[in-house]
Amino acid sequence: MHIVDRRLNPGGKSLPNRQRFLRRVKDVAQRAVRESAREKDIKDLGKDGRISVPGDGVREPRFARQPGTGHQDYILPGNKTYVEGDRIERPPGGGGGGGSGEGGDGGENSEDAFHFVLTREEFLDLFLEDLELPDLAKRRLAVVETEGLRRAGYTVSGSPANLALSRTLRNSMSRRIALKRPKLEELAALEAEIAQAEAANDPRLPDLQLKLLELRERSKRIPYVDPIDLRFRRFEPYPKPIAQAVMFCLMDVSGSMTEHMKDLAKRFYILLHIFLTRRYKHVEIVFIRHTDKATEVDEETFFGSRETGGTLVSSALVEMKRIVTERYSPDDWNIYAAQASDGDNVSSDGPTSTELLRAHILPACQHFAYLEVGDENGPRAGFVEHRTTLWRTYEALARAGEPLAMRKVNHRRDIYPVFRELFGRKDAKAEV
Amino acid sequence: MVASLSRTKSTAPKPGELLFSGNDWDFETIRRIHDACEAVAGPELGLSWYPNQIEIITAEQMLDAYASIGMPLFYKHWSFGKHFAQQEASYRRGLMGLAYEIVINSDPCISYVMEENTATMQTLVIAHAAFGHNHFFKNNYLFRQWTDAEGILDYLDFAKSYIARCEERYGHQAVEHVLDAAHALMSQGVHRYPRKKRPDLASEQRREREREEHGEQIYNDLWRTLPTKTGGQKGDPALERRRALLELPQENILYFLEKVAPRLRPWQREILRIVRLVAQYFYPQRQTKVMNEGCATYCHYRIMNALSQKGQLSEAAYLEFLTSHTNVIRQPNFDDRSFGGHNPYALGFAMMQDIARIVEQPTQEDREWFPDIAGTGDAMGVLRDCWENYRDESFIAQFLSPKLMRDMRLFHIVDDPDEPEMRVEAIHDERGYRKMRRSFARQYDVAWLDPDIEVVDVDLEGDRRLILHHKALNRITLQKEDARRVLQHLADLWGYDAVLKEVDPATGAVLVEHSASARPIFF
Repeated sequence: MHIVDRRLNPGGKSLPNRQRFLRRVKDVAQRAVRESAREKDIKDLGKDGRISVPGDGVREPRFARQPGTGHQDYILPGNKTYVEGDRIERPPGGGGGGGSGEGGDGGENSEDAFHFVLTREEFLDLFLEDLELPDLAKRRLAVVETEGLRRAGYTVSGSPANLALSRTLRNSMSRRIALKRPKLEELAALEAEIAQAEAANDPRLPDLQLKLLELRERSKRIPYVDPIDLRFRRFEPYPKPIAQAVMFCLMDVSGSMTEHMKDLAKRFYILLHIFLTRRYKHVEIVFIRHTDKATEVDEETFFGSRETGGTLVSSALVEMKRIVTERYSPDDWNIYAAQASDGDNVSSDGPTSTELLRAHILPACQHFAYLEVGDENGPRAGFVEHRTTLWRTYEALARAGEPLAMRKVNHRRDIYPVFRELFGRKDAKAEV
Repeated sequence: MVASLSRTKSTAPKPGELLFSGNDWDFETIRRIHDACEAVAGPELGLSWYPNQIEIITAEQMLDAYASIGMPLFYKHWSFGKHFAQQEASYRRGLMGLAYEIVINSDPCISYVMEENTATMQTLVIAHAAFGHNHFFKNNYLFRQWTDAEGILDYLDFAKSYIARCEERYGHQAVEHVLDAAHALMSQGVHRYPRKKRPDLASEQRREREREEHGEQIYNDLWRTLPTKTGGQKGDPALERRRALLELPQENILYFLEKVAPRLRPWQREILRIVRLVAQYFYPQRQTKVMNEGCATYCHYRIMNALSQKGQLSEAAYLEFLTSHTNVIRQPNFDDRSFGGHNPYALGFAMMQDIARIVEQPTQEDREWFPDIAGTGDAMGVLRDCWENYRDESFIAQFLSPKLMRDMRLFHIVDDPDEPEMRVEAIHDERGYRKMRRSFARQYDVAWLDPDIEVVDVDLEGDRRLILHHKALNRITLQKEDARRVLQHLADLWGYDAVLKEVDPATGAVLVEHSASARPIFF
């Protein structure tokens, strides 16, 4: 009898099956995921990944008899009052007799939706599928490369830290065997023999002593480890493309931004945050909030704290420009920016902003997205075509062919579609 | 005192010493439990079993095992992922408890036991699976005839790597299509009878010679004067020949496709073969559900009682065992809300106990009904014989006693759609016993439960249309939507049109006809 403890075996044995299953239901699952995202709070995304897909795509048909048709026999336990020949009304709902479970409802159930739970990873995978930072690394990749190191075999020279011990000793052993270096045990045995011979006054003594001398000489001449044995782990430099990006989040936090608008912007950035931290490993995020003056803040303050004041968009742009020059040289970084605002701006600020964008910000950026947040009720009647100061400023720039994308959002249900529009893979291609 | 006893290192448990105390166990305990059970199962019950391999697993691994129909390794397919998701969801919501064990018909016999089980439960599980089921797997004729316990794990290993290689080579999609189609036809992928062995030339000659000699021996000139039959009803010889060549009619549809389908590529045939062999491996289990569980339950009951009598189980442990034993063999009545058909554990265990009673303390009635075994005294001998030579259907037809029918208060209802009400056909009385037992046994005849579908003909020279018949027993037709889908899979594999006619076996009238054309997904 054997006892085997399998508990420590790696889990997730049926993971490949799950992946196959998800691939099978991908289309419907994706739709279900996006619908659930519309209803849920963005913060809770993926926390409870319970979705249901129509049973149709994952049906496993078998030849089976139609239940509840034809002549049926039931043998049931627990008779109390029936005698042979009694007539019994059919139980409501057809199918089985006396509530028999002979697969009576198999037919109807198979049409039902199939419920299952996605992990957060799987949920976000489906949720963010085919989104992409537009043009990431497109400009830089070909030009700027750093060098990485990777293992590439062994070498005969190197630093002691990279000494490949087992390799070296393997070489040493084969050399010792090939050159017949006397082993320690042999020497010890011979010494013991000499000691015995000395004690017994053996005539072979001189021979033995000579032999010992010879062997000692030989093991001195053939060292245990020779420089010729040494092997070092070799590392080879290879070009490592830069895929580092920095994302600037600019937000207007002035008094004209209502709670609703801030909420919209917040949702947009959280979505962006999830997306970035998931899709790209080396992405830094800079948060800049502004009223009439701009400051760089951490994430918590950015989303959490309140402030009042006027609105001066260019202040944020100036701040961004400063940070770019100081820390994120466009030569080394892919720079993306997303700005959220209600569109209010001091009208005199327009030309300043335009100039800043055209001359400094946009040339340094891969992509600049502007999100205009509006009232929950949407544009009021009669104001359908109302365009804000900032919108007009940016629109002129966009017309001039600058890499600037702009969208307007009024309701939280629009956030996700707009986000997809801005970062969908198709858009990226269209802009190239 | 108890604690010090349980800490003894001896592996051979002595009577009167507790095997364990409390709920905790370690490997030493498991080994002791196994040896103690073995001491009962061998000499007292006369069981014979494959060597045991007991594997401890976690709840998650148990779910994993569920998803791949209990086998330790299996090929990958989305449907297993689906079942896993389903079971995991209901397990997490507390709708479903997990089995205490899974046992695999292999040599050595692998029993998976859950780490959460208490020491008592481990004893129960080892007695149940490692000895009860194990004995049944090794000795029952169906398992011996149809399954290869020694080779199954190697075969599954081959199947898994073969399908993985196919996926690499021909793409996930292509393999998935074949597997989908093969799974849909899985229950039509078993041989129900051993195939005729092709005679070799020597035996053929010998038979011919014997036949001639026999003809010479019984030669009588009178036969010559008999008038010959006029106009013998011979069918079309070409048709007969084709049907014979294709071994038609053929009820093993997967086998037929594997051998005959004109357009399948070799790897697709191999996948059909894998699915077919897996189906064949599990077919005996479907046919012996009641007996298999009955055997295992009876064995664990005997072993646990023996252990308790020898003083190797504490009273607390024995009570825990009884609780879970009675839960397992609970049979709700038909009007109970929790009724979901017959519980194979309950029926099996009740029948085994009843047989033991008949053998040891028969009544007059038993002597009339079971003259062969009543009063012979060797209960285990009779039971071992049953376990070896019967399947559920024949076992119930042979051994369900009037007393048990009365105890279970069985009654038989007939639901004929042509009549306004259902009728009580028989109850547990003198007139009902035999009728009811016959119908009851039939409900366990898998060949009777599965729809009877055969490939009857194929027009190889014409449009290559495959013709199948479903013999609609009692005029019960197939579920339309599923039948259409399965037939579509079948046509895809066949590569040309396929038509399924549902025929009333009594009149030969075609009730429903389904047809499907091959989609170009395989070729």
